[in-house]
Amino acid sequence: MKAVILFYSTNQAIWAENELKSHELSCRLISVPRHLSSDCGYCVQIDAEDKEKATDILTANKIEFEKIEIL
Amino acid sequence: MLKDRTEGGVIYFDNAATSFPKPQCVSEAVMHYMTKIGANPGRSGHKMSVEAGRIVFKARKSIAALFGLRNPMRVIFTSNATEALNMAILGVLEKGDHAITSSMEHNSTIRPLHEMEKKGIISLSIIQADKTGILDPDKIRKAIRANTKAIIINHASNVVGCIQPIREIGKICRENGVIFIVDCAQSAGIVPIDIDQDNIDILAFAGHKALYGPTGTGGMVIADRFDFKRIKPLKYGGTGSLSDKIEQPDFLPDRFESGTLNVAGLSGLLAGSEYIRHRDGGIERILEHKTELQKYFIQKAEMLVEDFCCFSSAQLPSTGVVAFKLNKFSVSEIAQILSDEYGIMCRQGLHCSPLAHQTIGTFPEGTLRFGFSIFNNKEEIDFAVQALKSISEGKQT
Repeated sequence: MKAVILFYSTNQAIWAENELKSHELSCRLISVPRHLSSDCGYCVQIDAEDKEKATDILTANKIEFEKIEIL
Repeated sequence: MLKDRTEGGVIYFDNAATSFPKPQCVSEAVMHYMTKIGANPGRSGHKMSVEAGRIVFKARKSIAALFGLRNPMRVIFTSNATEALNMAILGVLEKGDHAITSSMEHNSTIRPLHEMEKKGIISLSIIQADKTGILDPDKIRKAIRANTKAIIINHASNVVGCIQPIREIGKICRENGVIFIVDCAQSAGIVPIDIDQDNIDILAFAGHKALYGPTGTGGMVIADRFDFKRIKPLKYGGTGSLSDKIEQPDFLPDRFESGTLNVAGLSGLLAGSEYIRHRDGGIERILEHKTELQKYFIQKAEMLVEDFCCFSSAQLPSTGVVAFKLNKFSVSEIAQILSDEYGIMCRQGLHCSPLAHQTIGTFPEGTLRFGFSIFNNKEEIDFAVQALKSISEGKQT
């Protein structure tokens, strides 16, 4: 099962991708699924089981995100 | 370089205006973006757009590391230091505020401030530097009033290369709750800067000078501790974020970065910034090299060129910028001869800094200016001193 982390800005999404990868978390940038947002940018897809770990990493680095949605 | 010159090449001493040559990795990075990536960052989810976004992020991270900044989103890219200074000055100051600046400022600072003063929006105090261009922090402290909102200071002079005691001035700002804005156009990449330790709130940098990026790059850097909402945005528009809303986003960097970025330029800036950060000896060695070249040129010219008159110091640490003239000739005449007959590129005149030239006593004619880069060497300086000697003695080639 996958999850996506939504951000207010694509800049934050790329920053998050950078940090998650440096912690060896499997992730990739994808276009934001239309049913989740009307925005035109991208989000970070992770394995749903990594949700808590990803939250910890983002919080520790003060990377703001909107929410994490299980797909 | 000297060998190239004899084959029709040049000696480039106009690095304080913009650096040349750039490291090869800089032009390669620009070419890579132009030919392989090309897309608009942050606007679409396709691979090329994401790749462009990654370049911009890496550039932000590199610049953040250069200034000891923790949050890379606090690096706001602009087209040059002038735009960054305008963003900071016009974004921070409001009706009824008092601002303090110095007599060594570039027009990129003094013009927006003067404009605001002329319109009756702010009152302005200009602190006089001494003849060498150095400011006395105590004079700044004494100029602070109850309504002083910001102090804006040029870190390193684009005219004489002197370096201001910004840490001390920043401390005064902190003690008095005043915003400290620093123009690092000439110092970024030459003088080690730590935005927190140096007590800076907002700094402006040029990407195309001592960071060796392409022209059209620069930025405003906001300290981690500074409330960025105290800066009003000057530009509004598309950010690729919150596209369902017509309000400008209030988060960073989107609050200040509307419109498509200069990604080709930022690709080069990233390469340039990484190049100097990872050079042997780091920024500290660059400052030593510049100071050494400045001292070497001044001492040699004073020894060999009879009417050489110098306005920069051969003793103090400096950014490798020397203001000088030959008393018997006009500065424009010499600059033309140096370019046409010796292939030496330099700048003459007032260097967009009328107040600085008034301070050192060279207004309105101005001076010649040599600005050295990491790629210049003593052999080139020897050649230039011989050229000046020949001109001075009326023995042009």
